[in-house]
Amino acid sequence: MSAISLRQIEGRSMGYYMLLAAFGLFVLFGLGSALYMEHNGHIVTGMNNQVVWGMPHVFAVFLIVAASGALNVASIGSVFGKSMYKPLAPLSGLLAIALLGGGLTVLMLDLGRPDRVIVAMTYYNFKSVFAWNVFLYTGFFTIVAAYIWTMMERRMNAFTKPLGVAAFIWRLLLTTGTGSIFGFLVARQAYDSALLAPMFIIMSFAYGLAIYLLVLMVAFNETGRPLGDKVLLRLKKLLAVFISASLYFVAVFHMTNLYFAKKHGIESFILMNGGIYTQLFWIGQILLGGIVPLAILFHPALGKSRTWIAVSSVLVILGGLAQMYVTIIGGQAFPLELFPGMHESSSFFDGVIHGYKPSLPEIMLGIGGIAIAGVITTFAIKILNFLPASLEDKVMDAHHGAKQ
Amino acid sequence: MSDVNQSRREFLGKTAAATAGLAIAPGVMLIDMAHGRAPEDAASSSVRWGMLVDSNQCKPGCNDCVTGCNKENGLSGGTSETDSQWIRKVELKDLRSGITASLPMMCQHCAEPPCVDVCPTGASFKRADGIVLVDKHICIGCRYCVMACPYKARSFVHEELTDQNPDVPRGKGVVESCTMCVHRIDKGQNTACADACSAAGHNAIIFGDLNDPNSEIAKRVATYATKQVRADLGLNPGVRYQGI
Amino acid sequence: MTNLAKLRSLLNWKWGALIAALLAISAVSVASSEPESSSGRTPKPTIEAGKGEKCVEDTDYMRRNHMKLLMHQRDDTMHKGIRTKKYSLQNCIECHASKKNNSVLGSNENFCQSCHSYAAVKIDCFECHATKPKATVNAAGFFHPIIPPSSEGDVKVNDSHGLSFSMRQQMRGSVVDKNIAGASK
Repeated sequence: MSAISLRQIEGRSMGYYMLLAAFGLFVLFGLGSALYMEHNGHIVTGMNNQVVWGMPHVFAVFLIVAASGALNVASIGSVFGKSMYKPLAPLSGLLAIALLGGGLTVLMLDLGRPDRVIVAMTYYNFKSVFAWNVFLYTGFFTIVAAYIWTMMERRMNAFTKPLGVAAFIWRLLLTTGTGSIFGFLVARQAYDSALLAPMFIIMSFAYGLAIYLLVLMVAFNETGRPLGDKVLLRLKKLLAVFISASLYFVAVFHMTNLYFAKKHGIESFILMNGGIYTQLFWIGQILLGGIVPLAILFHPALGKSRTWIAVSSVLVILGGLAQMYVTIIGGQAFPLELFPGMHESSSFFDGVIHGYKPSLPEIMLGIGGIAIAGVITTFAIKILNFLPASLEDKVMDAHHGAKQ
Repeated sequence: MSDVNQSRREFLGKTAAATAGLAIAPGVMLIDMAHGRAPEDAASSSVRWGMLVDSNQCKPGCNDCVTGCNKENGLSGGTSETDSQWIRKVELKDLRSGITASLPMMCQHCAEPPCVDVCPTGASFKRADGIVLVDKHICIGCRYCVMACPYKARSFVHEELTDQNPDVPRGKGVVESCTMCVHRIDKGQNTACADACSAAGHNAIIFGDLNDPNSEIAKRVATYATKQVRADLGLNPGVRYQGI
Repeated sequence: MTNLAKLRSLLNWKWGALIAALLAISAVSVASSEPESSSGRTPKPTIEAGKGEKCVEDTDYMRRNHMKLLMHQRDDTMHKGIRTKKYSLQNCIECHASKKNNSVLGSNENFCQSCHSYAAVKIDCFECHATKPKATVNAAGFFHPIIPPSSEGDVKVNDSHGLSFSMRQQMRGSVVDKNIAGASK
């Protein structure tokens, strides 16, 4: 049995309380924004009848996708048997729950009628991906909580593998459901593709791991716990693999679209003349979110530096937010094609690129979601044993063998 | 003497004619209203309501159908980015030939509506007689149907509303779209857009039962070439267009 | 410790008797208070009687079940297109709209708001539904066969049918319209 002990953090320093307070403050701002939006209606936001899903959805979908990816580290330990990852698993489960909680809260608070969440949980149309998602998301909380329990309760350790497999399959279903929200929409030229579901899965691997790495590094740094190179370099190599795979999916998606004459409109919009969307795609998603982190992580010197690994994780996260903006908002900005081959114009903004300007309440609500995830994580690592006491190289070697 | 008799006869004759007319008139009204259902009867799938738009009669700049709809349903008529528009005039221009057309676009009341498929609570639903509606009692305002509609038919209500038409409840935070004037057609009347267009003399929109071979709309659809917008999507809309 | 001993010494029979007396007094006052007593802090709702002689069901039944009736009716009307009048919300408003502001909301004297504000139960209906009755031609039960039931949507149609403005106002029977028309009754 592993003798790497998991230990609560002391959590009594000024820094800890300041962090918790800062997250708490942004949670309050987020809740305040939600109240403001609900009371006055969405007229106070930048969303309109052309772009109905705005910044809250960018943040929410990012958090939800990252949540399922954050569980990856635990899955590699439990499902694929790589024992080096096993002490990393509880934090992975915690982050998955925290990020999903943050994302879902934002999603539910952005509803036109958030007071009707009970209706969403009692009336179901099972043809809708959203309806499946209600079960997939709540089931995810339950399964991951049970999974964490089997890891922390010594007597339940024997069940870690089956529950780990269940959690792994469940999160693949969950992320497929999230990608299919867009993939099932035949109406919009930016969506309407089976590739969106697996693309979201592979992106979840990258975003989740980037967040995991950052949290791990910050938590160990601030609590003075040793984090050995073995663990860190293994995780960073994994991140590089996931980023490469994401870039591959994006490339295939766009190249296939470019092959269809009917998709030339949307492709030139995203890739060439979409203004902010084109900038966010190339500079945000591809360059900062993909190529630069890869260059850093594969660099012989930079790839071993902790600062630079943290920088590339941050860049991956920013690239992920940019990707969500391009997908969700860019996809809505491009007008619907009611009459192919015809130029359309109307009082309802047919035939023109739809305008959207993010507003402060939306952005605060989105950040509030991140803050909720932060509060949950920060609080949990204090009250329960999520963090390993030490991830030093010699500790890792002694208990997992040099070959791992 | 004969003058008095003559005028008496005329008087009796005219009275008889008037009485007969008054007796028949309600019958005529009733026949005309016969296609309205009794209040206690549920909508039936033997009927499929639809509309036929003859876009040849539509002129750019004519907004009679839009005005009629707005008035009937209590819409503001505003065209800012957040205003609800249940029907709009679309001006078309063929990119290659330059030929123009004009037509009204509203909810197409598809037989296979994507908006119904994606609604998580089932608020977006298709009634038995083919009308696609939003049950605003259970709509949570997620706007997924707005994303899913290929015709951009749905609008989200962005602010509080007051002084609604009692027949057309509308409120903040839920999604809405053309109801094919369900409150009127259940009483046997026409849709407001069709009425407004006819009243103005254009006669571009007719409403009726596509399943009834004797209805005006079914006869026209069987005689003239009509098209469904984005027929390639296979949604089988209940609104058809001539002249595109 | 000394604190505990002091506390124990306080718990003698005098305190027990005082507590028992207080409990008895409050029990008696609760039991004897009448539901309609006007000495409570919250003013009871003043329910303005609706038009007509009685409601579609009796008062006690309505008090307990009007929400169930409305919920069932809404599903029937919405999903099946059944528009029977008895339990329809519009029909409720026709009778229960206040004579003062022609609405069921607006002040604690209006029909729906009075009880709901007293019971602190939020009404969701009027986010979407109109609070005022519809002004119809056949409000007084008068149906002229030559004039079809008109709706707000008739554009550019002269439906005066040869009747003067004041005559049509009287037929509509709407208080507000009468005031505007200046027609005397």
